Amino acid sequence: MTAPKTLYDKIWDAHVAQEAEDGTCLLYIDRHLVHEVTSPQAFEGLRLAGRSVRAPGKTIAVPDHNVPTTEDRVKGIDNEESRIQVDALDKNAKDFGIHYYPVSDVRQGIVHIVGPEQGWTLPGMTVVCGDSHTATHGAFGSLAHGIGTSEVEHVLATQTLIQRKGKNMKVEITGKLMPGVTAKDITLAVIGKTGTAGGTGYVIEYCGEAIRALSMEGRMTVCNMAIEGGARAGLIAPDETTFAYVMGRPHAPKGAAWEAALAYWKTLYTDEGAHFDKVVTLRGEDIQPVVTWGTSPEDVLPINATVPSPDDFTGGKVEAVKRALDYMGLTPGQKLTDVKIDTVFIGSCTNGRIEDLRAAAAVLKGKKIADGVRAMVVPGSGLVRAQAEEEGLAQIFIDAGFEWRMAGCSMCLAMNPDQLAPGERCASTSNRNFEGRQGYKGRTHLLSPGMAAAAAVTGHLTDVRDFA
Amino acid sequence: MDKFTTLTGIAAPMPLVNIDTDMIIPKLFLKTIKRSGLGKNLFDEMRFDRDGNENPDFVLNQPAYRNAEIIVAGDNFGCGSSREHAPWALLDFGIRCVISTSFADIFFNNCFKNGILPVVLPAEAVNYLMDDATNGANARITVDLESQVVTASDGKTFPFEVDAFKKHCLMNGLDDIGLSLEKVSAIDAYEERAKLQYPWV
Ligand code: SF4
Repeated sequence: MTAPKTLYDKIWDAHVAQEAEDGTCLLYIDRHLVHEVTSPQAFEGLRLAGRSVRAPGKTIAVPDHNVPTTEDRVKGIDNEESRIQVDALDKNAKDFGIHYYPVSDVRQGIVHIVGPEQGWTLPGMTVVCGDSHTATHGAFGSLAHGIGTSEVEHVLATQTLIQRKGKNMKVEITGKLMPGVTAKDITLAVIGKTGTAGGTGYVIEYCGEAIRALSMEGRMTVCNMAIEGGARAGLIAPDETTFAYVMGRPHAPKGAAWEAALAYWKTLYTDEGAHFDKVVTLRGEDIQPVVTWGTSPEDVLPINATVPSPDDFTGGKVEAVKRALDYMGLTPGQKLTDVKIDTVFIGSCTNGRIEDLRAAAAVLKGKKIADGVRAMVVPGSGLVRAQAEEEGLAQIFIDAGFEWRMAGCSMCLAMNPDQLAPGERCASTSNRNFEGRQGYKGRTHLLSPGMAAAAAVTGHLTDVRDFA
Repeated sequence: MDKFTTLTGIAAPMPLVNIDTDMIIPKLFLKTIKRSGLGKNLFDEMRFDRDGNENPDFVLNQPAYRNAEIIVAGDNFGCGSSREHAPWALLDFGIRCVISTSFADIFFNNCFKNGILPVVLPAEAVNYLMDDATNGANARITVDLESQVVTASDGKTFPFEVDAFKKHCLMNGLDDIGLSLEKVSAIDAYEERAKLQYPWV
């Protein structure tokens, strides 16, 4: 009998093409997602060395980070550097024969939303992308993680990565979530507990009743931020929810292939008694709607808490908190619900899917955003946008005073024109509140879509449960 | 890739924890399609004001540290975005080694691909070297990859661990892709197997 294995062990073992004596492995990669910012140097490297893409059929490219989100964008990108990057991707995709979703394609969107939507991401696969939020795809029970540009080039040339196996970590969320608490609150609460380095060196498997109860959209939100907890990858074992989501997607298997795949996918779970190097457990009932107050995703507190003081911390964190409070313009003891906001951003690969838009629209229905607030929705893909229009969500946003944008990364990282001005404070459904992330000297509070919508209406950080 | 064997140089102290890759190279500078030339924008938002004037308080702007080749940093250096522009910017500025108690995984890997050595040491050792680094140009720290030892300016030594394969590649300036392509028969064999086992992939 073989020893019990974790889900991570199983996927890893199924992809080792070669293992050296010291444990360094050549890991085979099933899906390689490519975007315009981290790939030009990799393609240039291939050209210089006279190499080709080994498996173009397993490689998908989509421009997302730089693209404007205004409707006139099909006429061209004004910013010259952004245009050069997007043009380079157009050309590279064509020259090397890889699947491509250009800006003009309704299926274009954030790479981590497009992959699952098109059925490229399937359970049991290895998925990589030159982007740290590749962890998103772990929601399908696929081993998915971000890589650097040199590794992008390595995967393009060899369809493998040189890797050593990480350690196993289990994050269990028991019981049920309370009303108003979402996948975003789970993932932020976990980071608040473990810290941004708590998962370093580990692959996290999220499990427990509260995780099982999540939709695929929610699971993607949870796994998306595994990287903010330091883990390269987050995983959730596939189940009926997963299979129902995948079935019928354009690149999902069909017919007999579907049956064969399904039989295999059903073996993808952690065996009874398998070893985890680290275990973290949270009670679903204890998780509150949360918001970040600082400049690290670990700076997270329940919405009804007050801004902490540097004295509440120890070690290097004391200085970091002083700096964060100064940057964020907050005072210890201030109630978080008293913090006024200027801008609301709903979107990103964390919360730019249809369920997220539904949650925000449910809060906004029949309401208007507060005077002076700028609010925008940037759907994660053209298809999410189309569906939201069909469901009438777009109209709710527009009636409330939101801008209704085209798909892309947008203000999640503000590489396109959607940026915060210095000092501007934003309630954002994205994943990083780093200094300058959403614009030079911009201030970011991370929260769920419902909480972002509530903040838009009141003009300050707000407990979404007060809207229920 | 340049080889890394041993390095003796000025170390800049950066005691901040969680220095992320957005700080190391802000997104504004990711719009390049080249690897070179990023050093002038290393730590841009900390190093310069909006008009491009130097912030005199920032360590790399102080005369003693302008030629630093080593950074001694707080915990969890390089967290956040996977952008390899971060090590490209460090390298272009002249930094060949970062010493911390911990690094984010992706950044850590990216360093090795670019001839930069990330050294992990226990907190006491990092604190010691951080103090040493505050002595500016008078304190040269030596990092010897071959023998896996960091030596402070007073001669105190700190041994460190490093993955044998990564060390080998760094010491010889080897290109990973070339090495992996030598194993193409293993990759072919894997693909043959996978075609039978997982035909839908
Ligand atoms: S939405 Fe944000 S986090 Fe996601 S891929 Fe785009 S920039 Fe990265």
